[in-house]
Amino acid sequence: MPARVVSARRETSESRTIGLDIAGWPGHVAGQHVDVRLTAADGYTAVRSYSISSSAPSGCLEITVDRLDDGEVSPYLVEHLSAGDRIEIRGPSGGWFVWRPETDLVPAPRALQLIGGGSGIVPLMSMIRTHAETASVTPFRLLYSVRSPALALYREELLRLEQDDAALQIAWAYSRVTPDGWPVPAARLDRERTVAAAFPPSLGAEVYVCGASPFVESVTQWLVEAGHLADHIKTERYGG
Amino acid sequence: MGVFSPGFEGKRRSDVPGLPPGQYLTESFPVLSAGATPRVPLDEWEFSISTESGARHRWSWQELMALPIEDVTTDIHCVTSWSKFGTGWRGVSLDTLFADVETTAEFSMAYSYGGYTTNVPLADLLDGRAWVAFEFDGAPLEAQHGGPARLLVPHLYFWKSAKWVHGLNLLTADEPGFWEQNGYHMRGDPFLEQRYW
Repeated sequence: MPARVVSARRETSESRTIGLDIAGWPGHVAGQHVDVRLTAADGYTAVRSYSISSSAPSGCLEITVDRLDDGEVSPYLVEHLSAGDRIEIRGPSGGWFVWRPETDLVPAPRALQLIGGGSGIVPLMSMIRTHAETASVTPFRLLYSVRSPALALYREELLRLEQDDAALQIAWAYSRVTPDGWPVPAARLDRERTVAAAFPPSLGAEVYVCGASPFVESVTQWLVEAGHLADHIKTERYGG
Repeated sequence: MGVFSPGFEGKRRSDVPGLPPGQYLTESFPVLSAGATPRVPLDEWEFSISTESGARHRWSWQELMALPIEDVTTDIHCVTSWSKFGTGWRGVSLDTLFADVETTAEFSMAYSYGGYTTNVPLADLLDGRAWVAFEFDGAPLEAQHGGPARLLVPHLYFWKSAKWVHGLNLLTADEPGFWEQNGYHMRGDPFLEQRYW
């Protein structure tokens, strides 16, 4: 589907959120992704998948793209693309790593534990925004592991949402640089902090983990060993 | 088509021989999975094939190791757009495992420790095109890549190569597996770009 870039907003030095307008866009479910296809002048094409960051009820399609220095598509999306440009989109895709707010017909799960590493926050942000906009009462907890405050995506918005959304709690884990006056030194996320930040296993929360593959592998293993049911854990990984 | 991206040149040309449409080459081995990685002790591991008549053929780890083991060098293609050329595996051919299996079924559902499923037409599992693989690059297959053993069906997108494979149910009618219920293609031929429905 041809898509027109309607906005391009820098999030961090490494990333940008791109708003897209598509005639007949069917809407999406929080957590889904789209395929972006770029075509060079000689007809060469490259396709990559990007998670949608905008909320489901907004009806808007926004993706947040983190630049990979050796990437083929992401540097173009982060540095070159501008409002008015056209690209091709396929989607939305994905029926697994998704969350739908509770309705009269669909009861709420007991709780949702979201764990994001780096740009793994993107599909989780769509869920958090959807949660806030629908005034969902499902208890949400986010554990967000990021290198530094400057590289944290959506930092101001998350801090504000945590104030506004009574059913949302956020734990930040800074691996390289902390904010001023932060109570603990910067350190890689470890088993102890992960388990402590998450809902207790006895609550039976649904767990969504997204990030680089080694991050997801470690976090899910710690959770299972702490007593979380593997059946309740959904993952989305990127990179090698 | 018809939408060009000014200034986009791309780095990885897709006119590499053997590279399916829409794929790029990678040297690394990315992981795609839907949940936590199961850990299966070898003394509890079992693989079985169940036919449409209810007959069940089983192999323990020791029994699998006693079968003829093949070295396989093959290209693999993930639906998330990466392909990796010349990967080295060791495993037991499905032809060997099917030697004593009597069936007229045309479809199968592979199922895994941890609950994953994927449907594969039986024709795609036979004639030297599929294995139960337990070594990658000369070392035991790591759990995060599907160890102790995974299905290896390299001519289809790699989600068909079920990690942590536990068995096959033979079916007379095709049914969607896990990713197929979530929008992925029933067969998944990378050269036909059968990614989604």
